Amino acid sequence: MSLLGLYRPGSTWLHRLPASAKLLALVVAGVVVVVLRGPLSGVAALGVAVVLAAWSGAGVRRLVRALRALLLMMLLVAAYSAWQQGWERAVETGGDLLALVLLATVLTVTTPVDEVLDAVTRGVRPLRRVGVDPERVGLAFALMIRAVPSTLDLAHQTRDAARARGLDRDPRALLVPLVIRSVAHARATGEALDARGIADDPVV
Amino acid sequence: MNRRSTSTDLALIAGFAALVAVCALLPAIKVGAGIVPITLQTFAVLLAGAVLGARRGFLAVLLYVVVGAAGLPVFSGGASGLAVLAGPSGGYLVGFPLAAGLCGFLVERLPRRQVATNIPLIFLAGLLSSAVFIHTLGMAGLVLRADLTWGQAFDVDKVFWIGDAIKNLAMAIVATAVHRTFPDLLRRRAPRRQPETAATA
Repeated sequence: MSLLGLYRPGSTWLHRLPASAKLLALVVAGVVVVVLRGPLSGVAALGVAVVLAAWSGAGVRRLVRALRALLLMMLLVAAYSAWQQGWERAVETGGDLLALVLLATVLTVTTPVDEVLDAVTRGVRPLRRVGVDPERVGLAFALMIRAVPSTLDLAHQTRDAARARGLDRDPRALLVPLVIRSVAHARATGEALDARGIADDPVV
Repeated sequence: MNRRSTSTDLALIAGFAALVAVCALLPAIKVGAGIVPITLQTFAVLLAGAVLGARRGFLAVLLYVVVGAAGLPVFSGGASGLAVLAGPSGGYLVGFPLAAGLCGFLVERLPRRQVATNIPLIFLAGLLSSAVFIHTLGMAGLVLRADLTWGQAFDVDKVFWIGDAIKNLAMAIVATAVHRTFPDLLRRRAPRRQPETAATA
């Protein structure tokens, strides 16, 4: 599995914009699209999204591959609402939805995961007063990203072991060892963090 | 709360967020005669609550959703990004952390001996949590985003019910096994006992 996801390095204006600004813009777009009514707004929103997507250098192929499942579902939804509520509603909702999904994908394509997570970590700073520690949030992101490949390995090992015993149809033989080993691994990680004096500020 | 438990908590939250991701990425498991392929994402979501309790379970699943939205391809089928949250099935993702929290809340309130033995009670906790948060918010997402009526959203959502029951059964079986192996995973509600730092320090 590639941990890079959809991100594609580049140097366009969209790439250079800070992640927090893009996140904020996406939230605003989500509200605007819902507030504006009528088929024209759907087309306009979609137009803006397509321009930005082209500008981001995402590439049509890449976008289609990323959005295949969503596109199929939206096509069904649009067809359904055209049949039930007339083509105007279909254009409006289909356009709005596709525009939002495209804009969100543009953000993902032009922003590395760690920049988005950094922006989120900075964004939770004001929550310090209610007991949220931004450093611990950042550490949690890092720990989780590191744990995904190793847990995936665990899952393959567990599956092979179950298969070797002819138990690959038994959810118990597949899942219990996986989860128990994940918990054991997490506890060892917790002790290792303590040994290094990381994350040892008591919370609450 | 002592030092040891806070960093172990953090590691458990991250570990379960990763476990949810892995379960969303694994190909479907075939159950029984191989007729019902089930994907494991919601299994892991409710398991996080049942194993870690309300607070840590909620945070683990929230961490999974945030990291997936940030672009790490950990949503089911290897999807990623805010597009998945903005799309028609985004409501289900919003429901996940809340369902894990509720499931944990209910399991924490069971007597400790029952947590390690009583599969039906944990099964019911999971089923109730997914009904209250995952299915309801999932349908709300379909209504808001896909412009369906509640009745139509209900028809779509209905398709998942049988799989959901099977997943919750698997969740209850696995959760009891985990609590038997690690009897101290859920904290005691009344802090009567001495903290265990003395034993490990």
